[in-house]
Amino acid sequence: MTIQPLSRDQIAQRVALDIEEGAYVNLGIGLPTRIANFLAPGKEIFLHSENGILGMGPAPEVGKEDDELINAGKEHVTLLNGGCFFHHGDSFAMMRGGHIDVCVLGAFQVAANGDLANWHTGAPDAIPAVGGAMDLAVGAKKVFVTMEHNTKKGEPKIVERCTYPLTGLACVDRIYTDLAVIDVTSRGLIVIEMAPGIDIQTLQNRTEAPLHYNS
Amino acid sequence: MIDKTSLSMAQAISKVKDGSTIMIGGFGTAGQPAELIDALIEHGARDLTIVSNNAGNGDMGLALLIKEKRVRKMICSFPRQHDSWHFDTLYREKGIELELVPQGNLAIRIQAAGAGLGGVFTPTGYGTILADGKETREIAGKKYVFELPIKADIALIKALKGDRWGNLVYRKSARNFGPIMAMAAATTIAQVKEIVPLGSLDPEHVITPGIFVQHVTSVGV
Repeated sequence: MTIQPLSRDQIAQRVALDIEEGAYVNLGIGLPTRIANFLAPGKEIFLHSENGILGMGPAPEVGKEDDELINAGKEHVTLLNGGCFFHHGDSFAMMRGGHIDVCVLGAFQVAANGDLANWHTGAPDAIPAVGGAMDLAVGAKKVFVTMEHNTKKGEPKIVERCTYPLTGLACVDRIYTDLAVIDVTSRGLIVIEMAPGIDIQTLQNRTEAPLHYNS
Repeated sequence: MIDKTSLSMAQAISKVKDGSTIMIGGFGTAGQPAELIDALIEHGARDLTIVSNNAGNGDMGLALLIKEKRVRKMICSFPRQHDSWHFDTLYREKGIELELVPQGNLAIRIQAAGAGLGGVFTPTGYGTILADGKETREIAGKKYVFELPIKADIALIKALKGDRWGNLVYRKSARNFGPIMAMAAATTIAQVKEIVPLGSLDPEHVITPGIFVQHVTSVGV
């Protein structure tokens, strides 16, 4: 059987299954933003945006965009009934102060101990930009990461030790890739799901850090 | 009678001096006081240190101030965006200095200044290169980095409505850094869409109390 890696939308859909009703959730820029499209409509989930929104709703209809109602990626959004606005001090108190239940971030690398690198490649010509990633990494109750399992060159992104500059230390709880769902635990990385068609040895070959399984 | 709305935008901006540290509100263009920045460009002050979340978008507001080479140093969390070409060019030419601060640390350092604190111990950035060389402390088993307050000579912010005592209300996600920057600057200049009569803002809904605001200028409807 050939390996059937998950598409980016399928990864987003998979993460959405793990977000419970009533959760206060911050979705990062890029793939994590798509998770909002897959949250079950019946579930009330509070989406937080770092620029001062709780109860963020989907993109507005064409023609109803408001330049003063945007998300962290500076895309137009809407406000749900019951949603509210607040300033940056309060917004980052929510993030840093342990009030956000789940954040979902993209990543360049995650290490076996949960170290996260997602803001800077360290390349000399790169212009660094960090935004709110470091606050979410230390502050959210659960930190989920979504990413491709390997780089475009085929290098592993789940590593023994991050080589890119760190965002946070030992902060990642769960990793969702196109090939697997992996928990970061005190006993190491534990694979809890694999994409159709992949076997344990192939997954390990594509992963630098050792993988474990609950038998 | 106290009237904080008496100065024109140009008169209020004339308080900026060469070398001033200026906070500029906004997250991207939302909440960015574009008309005040235009007045600042017109005023001609140079060698500025700018504290703002981003480093300008497109060809308006802060991006133009950077393009005109009025900014010696940016203190911000997210300079690089798809439309930050003026900053990107100057940065690569080493024509502008950058102090990169995680966004929550930017906010809390501004809040520390406004609240009269000597700094804060924050967990954000601990163990990363953005905490290199900074004092650290373990408190109740958790690791923290000591960060100094960021204060400013001037804050330029955008609100929806203001009155002659300087009370402000904001609009949607354009509020962002406005309320905390107003507290951290010696002089805060707010541009508002509408100056309203004293007493017409519901006191339960005032977001920035007038004590933090020195000048309110209207950009008209």
